[in-house]
Amino acid sequence: MEALKQELKSKIIEVLNLEDVAVADINDNDALFGDGLGLDSIDALELIVMLDKDYGIKLVDPKEGKVIFKSIETMAAYIDENRVK
Amino acid sequence: MIKEVYITETNCITPIGFDVASNIKNIRNAVSGIQLHDKPKLFNAPFYASIINDSDLDLAFAKVTSTENYSRLEKMMILALEPIIKKSKVLFNERTVFILSTTKGNVTALETENVGSAYLNQLAKTIAVFFGFKTEPIVVSNACVSGILAVSVAKRLIQAELYDNAFIVAGDEVSNFIVSGFNSFQAMSDLPCKPYSINRNGVTLGEATAAVLVSSNKEKAKIKIAGDSSINDANHISGPSRTGEGLYRSIQKALAEAKINANQIDYISAHGTATPFNDEMEAIALNRLGLENVPVNSLKGFYGHTLGASGLLETVISIQSALENKLFVSLGFDEIGVSQPITIIQKNEDATIQYFLKTASGFGGCNTAVVFEKVN
Amino acid sequence: MTADKKYIKSFCIIQNNQVWLNGEVVFETEPTVFSDFSKKTYQFLEMNYPKFFKMDNLSKLAFLGSELLLKTESNSLEENSTALVFANKSSSLDTDVKYQNSISDPENYYPSPAVFVYTLPNICLGEISIRHQLKSENSFFIFANYNPVFMEKYSNILLETEKADKVLCGWVEYYNEDYKAFLYLVDREGELEHNQEILKKLYNK
Repeated sequence: MEALKQELKSKIIEVLNLEDVAVADINDNDALFGDGLGLDSIDALELIVMLDKDYGIKLVDPKEGKVIFKSIETMAAYIDENRVK
Repeated sequence: MIKEVYITETNCITPIGFDVASNIKNIRNAVSGIQLHDKPKLFNAPFYASIINDSDLDLAFAKVTSTENYSRLEKMMILALEPIIKKSKVLFNERTVFILSTTKGNVTALETENVGSAYLNQLAKTIAVFFGFKTEPIVVSNACVSGILAVSVAKRLIQAELYDNAFIVAGDEVSNFIVSGFNSFQAMSDLPCKPYSINRNGVTLGEATAAVLVSSNKEKAKIKIAGDSSINDANHISGPSRTGEGLYRSIQKALAEAKINANQIDYISAHGTATPFNDEMEAIALNRLGLENVPVNSLKGFYGHTLGASGLLETVISIQSALENKLFVSLGFDEIGVSQPITIIQKNEDATIQYFLKTASGFGGCNTAVVFEKVN
Repeated sequence: MTADKKYIKSFCIIQNNQVWLNGEVVFETEPTVFSDFSKKTYQFLEMNYPKFFKMDNLSKLAFLGSELLLKTESNSLEENSTALVFANKSSSLDTDVKYQNSISDPENYYPSPAVFVYTLPNICLGEISIRHQLKSENSFFIFANYNPVFMEKYSNILLETEKADKVLCGWVEYYNEDYKAFLYLVDREGELEHNQEILKKLYNK
């Protein structure tokens, strides 16, 4: 799972154009939205696309995103369990 | 003395009619343009939308001209403008301007990598050349407020004595580009849209064109443009301000320019896209202004969200509403689902409409409000 | 309507890896791609605004130009009604093409919301409004070429009808690495008179 978490950190930085953020800056349990990385609603939608494109997971209910994208930890756990790719 | 400016001609081309009268007839009978469409070229699954029938469009266009090589949107725009140009007999000289409102224009040209045809000034030029306008066309491309913003721009230019007449056409098409985009935003409803309703879950896309003549000539005035304002939320590029700040200020300023109080507004033709955030924001803004008891509807239950056409199309229908002293039902509404009370028109009814307000909001945090006054 | 004289208080041009402010080059880079040039300009302007990197090229261009002219102008705690009147030739076509590419292959169909949101030319006005807290009039127009006649007249109308107390005007054109931004602030004070002849001269520098 460690490798997946690192991979996710790196992907998020790239996909969401997080300039000046390094993989080392993101802690596994940091809040991604709100105060933490400060991601917003469009970022959440992009992460949904990323789940589909890179891991083959189609979110049936986009509202699930709130829980899944809480932190790198929760994202990795969800992807690990549901990935198709 | 500031000139008074009026709308003297109107027309629209929509899935429920190729003139204003047919549209009004269908609206009175609660006939919506929204249907389930299975068009793989537009989307990979059946989806609800309000789309103009191609054969009807081509048949109608053939009556205007046998010339070919016009895009689908250009045909829709020419059909909207043609009767009002013919009827108005306005001289095409340097005092007559042509304004085109659209968000994406001929974006479908990108599907065949024909970028040149996607330029909006090219679209405007094609329409301008067809009719023989003598002045440089003005294109307003400002997201979903474009259609009503164009009316505001025309009024301002005429009051500044730069022109006497302005023909405006507004239009957008339902395209793969748009459908996929709204879908990526999770903003497209899986059922016909339900503005202001508790179970609303997004827009239904639509396409249409509308055309008006804005003029300083009172002679054939249908309605007076009494006040207008377009204020940005300065909050977020795709979500509206939670306090409805931009819309609130736009309406406030439009009322001030029209020299009336909120309690003189008889009807509001709102934006009502049926997204959770837009409708909530509008309810908040209307309440802040004390407009919660004014009958309000969203016409998107009939037309879907027609993007660059919506502001003008809905104004055209609202003008009829005012002229006929009739409030039209806010189709698609069932149970109120916004946190602040507003008075949704739930069935067609008679009313005296002296002043009405048209509002629109759009991506980029833009808002436009225009107060219209009946001419006596 | 009040018809006092209007002036161009300040102006800038961003083109060919150069940034000009009030007629002088204030920053330039070696010839490079826009993403690199814009990043270096951002750093030169010492902006602490990470959202800049989420913007599309058109918005970055408009944003940098407005930063140059507005950073000394407004105190964002104060209310001000600086209107934004912008125009270009290509609308958001640069981003439209990128978005179209993300949906053109049915085998690789992943429409991007972050790209889609920028497929409207007025989004750059939203970005500027947010940054400088401009709850003000804004509109985006499309013309075949820079249209100083329209820009002069329309911004004068906003000032004379008191719909704005200043107007930030911009011709912000971007398509496929070919870019030019000409922005200027119209106010009731300034060194240059606000008229089409002067605008044309400044635009053609």
